Amino acid sequence: MANIKVDGKEIEVPDHYTLLQACEEAGAEVPRFCFHERLSIAGNCRMCLVEVKGGPPKPAASCAMGVRDLRPGPNGEAPEVFTNTPMVKKAREGVMEFLLINHPLDCPICDQGGECDLQDQAMAFGMDNSRFHENKRAVEDKYIGPLVKTIMNRCIHCTRCVRFTTEVAGISELGLIGRGEDAEITTYLEHAMTSELQGNVIDLCPVGALTSRPYAFQARPWELGKTESIDVMDACGSAIRVDTRGREVMRIMPRVNEAINEEWISDKTRFVWDGLRTQRLDRPYVKVDGRLQPASWPQAFAAIADAVKAATPEKIGAIAGDLATAEEMFALKTLLASLGSQSVDCRQDGAALDPSKGRASYIFNPGIEGIEEADAILIIGANPRYEASVLNARIRKRWRMGDLPIGVIGEQVDLRYPYEYLGAGPESLSAVIDGSDKFAAKLKRAKKPLIIIGQGALARGDGAAVLAQAAALADSVKAVSGEWNGFAVLHTAASRVGGLDLGFVPGKGGMDAKAMLTDADVLFLLGADELDFTRKTAGFTVYIGSHGDNGAHHADVILPAATYTEKFGTYVNTEGRVQATNRAGFAPGEARDDWAILRALSEVLGHKLPFDSLPALRASLYEEFPHFAAIDTVEQADGSVIAKLGAKPGKMNKAAFASPVKDFYLTNPIARASAVMAECSQLAKNATPVAAE
Amino acid sequence: MTAMLEDKDRIFTNIYGRHDMSLKGAMSRGHWDGTGEIIAKGRDWIINEMKASGLRGRGGAGFPTGLKWSFMPKESDGRPHYLVVNADESEPGTCKDREILRHDPHTLVEGCVIAAFAMGAHTAYIYVRGEFMREREALQRAIDECYDAGLLGKNNKCGWDMDVFVHHGAGAYICGEETALLESLEGKKGQPRLKPPFPANMGLYGCPTTVNNVESIAVAPTILRRGAGWFASFGRENNKGTKLFCVSGHVNAPATFEEAMSVPFKELIDKHCGGIRGGWDNLLAVIPGGSSVPVVPAQQIIDAPMDFDGLRDLKSGLGTAAVIVMDKSTDIVKAIWRLSAFYKHESCGQCTPCREGTGWMMRVMDRMVKGNAQKREIDMLFDVTKQIEGHTICALGDAAAWPIQGLIRHFRPEIEARIDAYTRNAVQSRNVALEAAE
Repeated sequence: MANIKVDGKEIEVPDHYTLLQACEEAGAEVPRFCFHERLSIAGNCRMCLVEVKGGPPKPAASCAMGVRDLRPGPNGEAPEVFTNTPMVKKAREGVMEFLLINHPLDCPICDQGGECDLQDQAMAFGMDNSRFHENKRAVEDKYIGPLVKTIMNRCIHCTRCVRFTTEVAGISELGLIGRGEDAEITTYLEHAMTSELQGNVIDLCPVGALTSRPYAFQARPWELGKTESIDVMDACGSAIRVDTRGREVMRIMPRVNEAINEEWISDKTRFVWDGLRTQRLDRPYVKVDGRLQPASWPQAFAAIADAVKAATPEKIGAIAGDLATAEEMFALKTLLASLGSQSVDCRQDGAALDPSKGRASYIFNPGIEGIEEADAILIIGANPRYEASVLNARIRKRWRMGDLPIGVIGEQVDLRYPYEYLGAGPESLSAVIDGSDKFAAKLKRAKKPLIIIGQGALARGDGAAVLAQAAALADSVKAVSGEWNGFAVLHTAASRVGGLDLGFVPGKGGMDAKAMLTDADVLFLLGADELDFTRKTAGFTVYIGSHGDNGAHHADVILPAATYTEKFGTYVNTEGRVQATNRAGFAPGEARDDWAILRALSEVLGHKLPFDSLPALRASLYEEFPHFAAIDTVEQADGSVIAKLGAKPGKMNKAAFASPVKDFYLTNPIARASAVMAECSQLAKNATPVAAE
Repeated sequence: MTAMLEDKDRIFTNIYGRHDMSLKGAMSRGHWDGTGEIIAKGRDWIINEMKASGLRGRGGAGFPTGLKWSFMPKESDGRPHYLVVNADESEPGTCKDREILRHDPHTLVEGCVIAAFAMGAHTAYIYVRGEFMREREALQRAIDECYDAGLLGKNNKCGWDMDVFVHHGAGAYICGEETALLESLEGKKGQPRLKPPFPANMGLYGCPTTVNNVESIAVAPTILRRGAGWFASFGRENNKGTKLFCVSGHVNAPATFEEAMSVPFKELIDKHCGGIRGGWDNLLAVIPGGSSVPVVPAQQIIDAPMDFDGLRDLKSGLGTAAVIVMDKSTDIVKAIWRLSAFYKHESCGQCTPCREGTGWMMRVMDRMVKGNAQKREIDMLFDVTKQIEGHTICALGDAAAWPIQGLIRHFRPEIEARIDAYTRNAVQSRNVALEAAE
């Protein structure tokens, strides 16, 4: 700890603090543009100048100077800095003036207006007039892809975007070319950015130089309703803020959640919102004479009731999709049970995860934050860059800290950090287990080894064997010991862990998803679209969902439901963290909350569900599964099950592991309805591979 | 009155290339004499001797060289130490390092060995300015000779394992700033680093590094051979030694020459450059230390001693001792505008005040050259220079600001007269136009 005096107030701060942090700690506001907590220090905007007592007679950049760099006074007094002297004020005004002379001051037509750092700080620290009478610099706007719009006249060269892409995203896609006042931020040759995290540069940009292209000229920040919620595009459950005007979602922004996404979100999370408006199911449909016809709710329910009455209870099944909330899965499971069926499944892809093996066998035990503690990582059958982009950024963050061997078994893809490629399939996994691969020694040596098992290794015929083998490996390298549990299952579906927690898997004698698709007489699809419908021979199919996608096309009755921005729902992320979404707007037309649909349907079916409101539903959910009540916490799973799981590993076949995410931008019905995602997908597919240099 | 330098006291004995430039020639003039013995006297002796000699860095800032060397960690913590020689001599008006590299490169190579020993470095990098093609060749030739003669390399005759590498820059002025030079040397874009950490702790490749000017290193062997007392016998207190001056501009015989410090300007010019073109009455102003120091008007400079402190008292500086002399035929406003244009062009664009300010200053100067300005803009321009000065990461911002400050301080009437003339012409021509219209 070091003592420092800020504006006469003596405080104690940790040694590694910068002056800027120390000033903040002392309650003094220090303006800044280039400084960002999660990026390296550039010190180039010069806005954060403070006066250091006894130093040279010029102000110092507080973001770049450490508390340690200051010398104590002659009698050991604490070093002293000032943030409110005339020198500091003059310096700030000067820097602000320089920033503004070549800034277009087009705030009225700038999308950043109202939430612009430059605007705010110019008000607080700038002068009220301009002394600049020359022509302003004009900079050509660059095309850097369909997501980020550039108005380069506004750029103040803080290089946050450059540092973000190089440091966090892991690909040097943006750079500062040229020199002096001709310096420009560009992707060079105007190629589109390829990072899955590129949208974050929009938030990082302190001015309106990089703005959201899909959101361009759509709304002003002060007219938007802001709802804090949770993302469901992947299984990380990133914290988001949904901005709405009326009932329309206008944009999605990240919130800070240190445990999950820090303050980044993937592009799919950020730009999927136009998919919330299109392809929506806004009224019930019933298939009449082979064609889906618009119907009323009673008509639709009557059609379902007829089918259910005609079916034998064991032949009724339900499959939950990737975006289903815990509440609606709970309601559906309860309904199916009351109908006398054990056939429920939340694993559309057939992943070999079984809640009966213990919770530790299917969650990301160390937690996303725990990645930073790991000292060796083995990734099996996963492509975290596509399956969980922000989690991948966390792995990269850990890798940047240094001394981290990373091994990959599965597809050899660019993960934005270097790794040792161990092989494509189970044989390579066996080689690590029996120690014939060199990487085994690195895992053994590690104090906190992390083994990430992706759905690409589990959603296959021998998935159970792969899971068990991975567990055996985890056990043999002591990945599960005391405080540390390095056995981590990486999910791709937001609903999956919640479903497994609820036991939304076939009970005794029940059919699993694959069997239901062919053998069920009445099949309920709760937003399940990722099934192989070409195999479908099941009878009467009820699709409860929000978008006219694969599931709806194969349904006999469609019940329109709400998306994640339109309902209050509980999700459990891949770490096992329970989180809740909030309703930002209402579902369109006659669409209703999924649980309410099920409740209404249950009455028609004669098996009325015992709850009339969401709180009542939640009360019975919490009664049966108490951990759902603990929002934002992870119930630690018992690690001892890993050893048991690995005790008798079965035999794996030889097929290579392949990530289930073939197209990052089109993984769910909402994303598939989004024009922006379609454009990104097209762009990513046609990306010419960069020539080897 | 300081005595003028005699030939026997010159360090650079082949600055004009009239003698043999090879190793043999250099040795015949006394270089590489007893290098091993100097090294044998030990690191502390060398540093103390350098401190006692009073040598101040010849790159412009004038930081005591011995002190700088002493900042290097005494014991290596496992990281190698580096000596980096700044031969990126790009300051307008300066042409002293160029002569050393061209004609007396062995002084530098020998200096590298001794300086590197004094700071525990086994590797020296010499960063040569991009435009210096022939100079690099001459230097490389000298280094190759030394390797062949066993003066460099492992187990050499000097008793200190030493490798010297020449790195050729790409011609950016900013790469002459020590940390930008290190960035450039590492293969990155030449942009200055934030200090602290200083290069002595975290320099090239994150290792302890000292960056010295060519001249500072090149004079070291002779100082150590002849003794600190000899070197300190020239010049005033705190401004010891001899120095290469490069006089350009309106003198009868522009030249680069070695002279003792603290010699008055008038003597310097009369003795070495044949006086001012058109006589001393024709002298308008002098920029005494390369483009980045403020201009000094004739009456102040004539009797001023040419050293760090003497010129600092005139609110200017010795800088690199690149004396730019301007007689009364000079358009002083335009001359300073040209410097502004230079700094605008060479600003690296990293930090705000310099990136935005240099362009602004140049454009205002642009108008002032014509007189197309308001008189209050002179004060505004001065204020802008003050807003740049001291607010930037490196000293380029200061360097861009000072010439304009010097101009406004000393030649304000000239600027005002120009504004008046322009306004008068503008009014008259408007009247002419009006009359014609009627």
